[in-house]
Amino acid sequence: MTIESLPAGEAGTVGASVLDVEELTVTFTRRGEQPTRAVDGVSFSVGPGETVGLVGESGCGKSVTSLAVMGLLPSRGVQVGGSVRLDGRELLGAGDRALRRLRGADMAMVFQDPLSSLNPTVPIGTQVTEVLLEHRDMSRKEAGDEATRLLDRVGIPDPSRRLKEYPHQLSGGMRQRALIAMALACAPRLLIADEPTTALDVTIQAQILELLRELVVDSGTALVMITHDLGVVAGLCDRVHVMYSGRIIESADRHELFAQPRHPYTGGLLASVPRLDAARGAPLHPIRGSARDAIPWAEGCAFAPRCDNAQDDCLTEVAGSTVPLEYDGPGRELRCRHPLQHPRSPAGATASGAAR
Amino acid sequence: MTAVPSADSTAADSTAADPLLRVEGLQVHFPIKRGVIVDRTVGHVRAVDGVDLSIARGSTYGLVGESGCGKSTLGRAVLRLVEPTAGRVVFDGTDVASLQGEPLRTMRRRMQMVFQDPLGSLDPRQNVESLLSEPLRAHGLGGGKRGIAERIRTLLDAVGLPSAALRRYPHEFSGGQRQRIGIARAIALEPDLLIADEPVSALDVSVQAQVVNLLEELQERLGLTYLVIAHDLAVVRHISDVVGVMYLGSLVEQAPSDVLYSEPLHPYSRALMSAVPVPDPVVEESRERILLAGDLPSPANPPSGCRFHTRCPWRQETRCDDEVPVLRELGTGHLVSCHWAEEIRDGVLRPRSAEEVAATQGVSVRPTGAADPESDALVQGVDEPIEWR
Repeated sequence: MTIESLPAGEAGTVGASVLDVEELTVTFTRRGEQPTRAVDGVSFSVGPGETVGLVGESGCGKSVTSLAVMGLLPSRGVQVGGSVRLDGRELLGAGDRALRRLRGADMAMVFQDPLSSLNPTVPIGTQVTEVLLEHRDMSRKEAGDEATRLLDRVGIPDPSRRLKEYPHQLSGGMRQRALIAMALACAPRLLIADEPTTALDVTIQAQILELLRELVVDSGTALVMITHDLGVVAGLCDRVHVMYSGRIIESADRHELFAQPRHPYTGGLLASVPRLDAARGAPLHPIRGSARDAIPWAEGCAFAPRCDNAQDDCLTEVAGSTVPLEYDGPGRELRCRHPLQHPRSPAGATASGAAR
Repeated sequence: MTAVPSADSTAADSTAADPLLRVEGLQVHFPIKRGVIVDRTVGHVRAVDGVDLSIARGSTYGLVGESGCGKSTLGRAVLRLVEPTAGRVVFDGTDVASLQGEPLRTMRRRMQMVFQDPLGSLDPRQNVESLLSEPLRAHGLGGGKRGIAERIRTLLDAVGLPSAALRRYPHEFSGGQRQRIGIARAIALEPDLLIADEPVSALDVSVQAQVVNLLEELQERLGLTYLVIAHDLAVVRHISDVVGVMYLGSLVEQAPSDVLYSEPLHPYSRALMSAVPVPDPVVEESRERILLAGDLPSPANPPSGCRFHTRCPWRQETRCDDEVPVLRELGTGHLVSCHWAEEIRDGVLRPRSAEEVAATQGVSVRPTGAADPESDALVQGVDEPIEWR
């Protein structure tokens, strides 16, 4: 696999990468059942001030990836393999105490549902200052002032009043802002946002995305954006990894990905969403079946049963090996034997030709 | 669809003959109760507050708006799943709002609903056969056991499910298949009107398109009339002929789908359209974006005058705060409730930035502590946060 060489080249332009994930695998085991491999050999890296998108449908392993990076998966029945390095420090296998020191300080996470990730019985102020007291050695008074400043920074009006309120008294957008404020309290090097706008309305979504964009630019935080919304990715992410059934199937810079999707799954996703700026009445081209129809990667390409380009050698029995993630032109990687062809893509054409 | 269903446009009335559904001044208010022993009503949530609309036969009316704007309540009130407080719902010449008992039950055969959450709206203990035959038996249709079995098979065919599905239970299906069952159940009685409340929002992106295509295909084959309620503007635009935009319980704009999306006139519609991300980085970078200040005000205590004036970038000193705008027709079938729609369209009035609106209305929209984003090279090429044309 060539993924190691690729981010290194990229990281050279922006300095060393903040997060390096290599060959991450997460397996869930349960007595009496076949182990489920939710994440299978995922590798990516994020530089400072860079936004990386993990895109995929429900069940593709994108959230499990983020939980594994944060070390938030339960220890029972879960095996995590590979390597996760934050600023060069290995996180997998690090002790709970070490992880606790990092979480909230050097890496932080924004969850999808702000109401269930805030404690309903504790005022917002206490929840925000808790992070500051824990990680920044502040007195209560300093922490209170700092919390006011943080809420103001994320655009919550009248912050000193809001600090005394409980989560249910805030609107959805404000709760999400409060969560972002907590995540930013210690100016983390890495911020993971797991579907941060899925529960919100479009006008609020626009506000939150704007906020995240400014924070990345402002503080040089590395942002990992996990989403299923291709529109969000197009506006925010520098680099996009498309996941399917636990593996990355295509990686590219956003411009190239949207202009020339190479994997049939990526192309299918783009063709199946109606666009506001396209002509109306154009028929949608859905992907056949659903994510349930995936086959294990060991038996070939998981997407093969739903793929229009699938041929006999997409299954292992014919080809002899699973479909690898391979170099596909500068800055791109692809896991497909029969990718979509675009008129002008010389590098991609040779790469796929070699793969055949 | 060229026919434009609009109550006060005579030109459209002649072409659309009589609309299948006409809603006049519909209001749904929910009381807010206080007190443990004695229930006191301390106020009302005005979920739907005076909505007029009409839907022509065989067309699709899309209703969009943010959560809490009353669009789902409107859909449910049309079917009398919630009782309207005031107003008329005229379905094919009959006022549904005044029907009671048996006539209402038979009337419901002709208007059916597809719900958002396919798993929550299907009984987990009924298999598909029982789920689909239940409405037929309830209305005494289908002609005996054999007739019903026959009907169910055609239904499954129509929604693209295998007949092996008959013996299976809802939990055995994927989300898209469950939604197909919900649709099959809704069309089992051959209704005239189908109200689809967020039919695809619970589904994965790749499956959404399948269901949207299915709805379109069924409309063509069965001549159905749709009222589609959704928050996804792109989906609504794709399937609707006429789109209505709701804000805080009332309709702020209604227009043929293409017109609304190419030239939204109401400030709220403009902001809504501009907030939808487009899956294309090139478009994303050049797109005009209108950020709104603050959140939706409480429907229990809506702002005076124009309900949008607290967040409106085009708010003027006069009229907006105290005078309630009415739906006016600007252009064929294009209804807008804004005092200044013409001036805004012609560019006479300039919008103010979200910060200015925030300053005058006491709400905020973006970080005040963040430095100027343009100072960083990383944003070069990324559009400015609040950019006005």
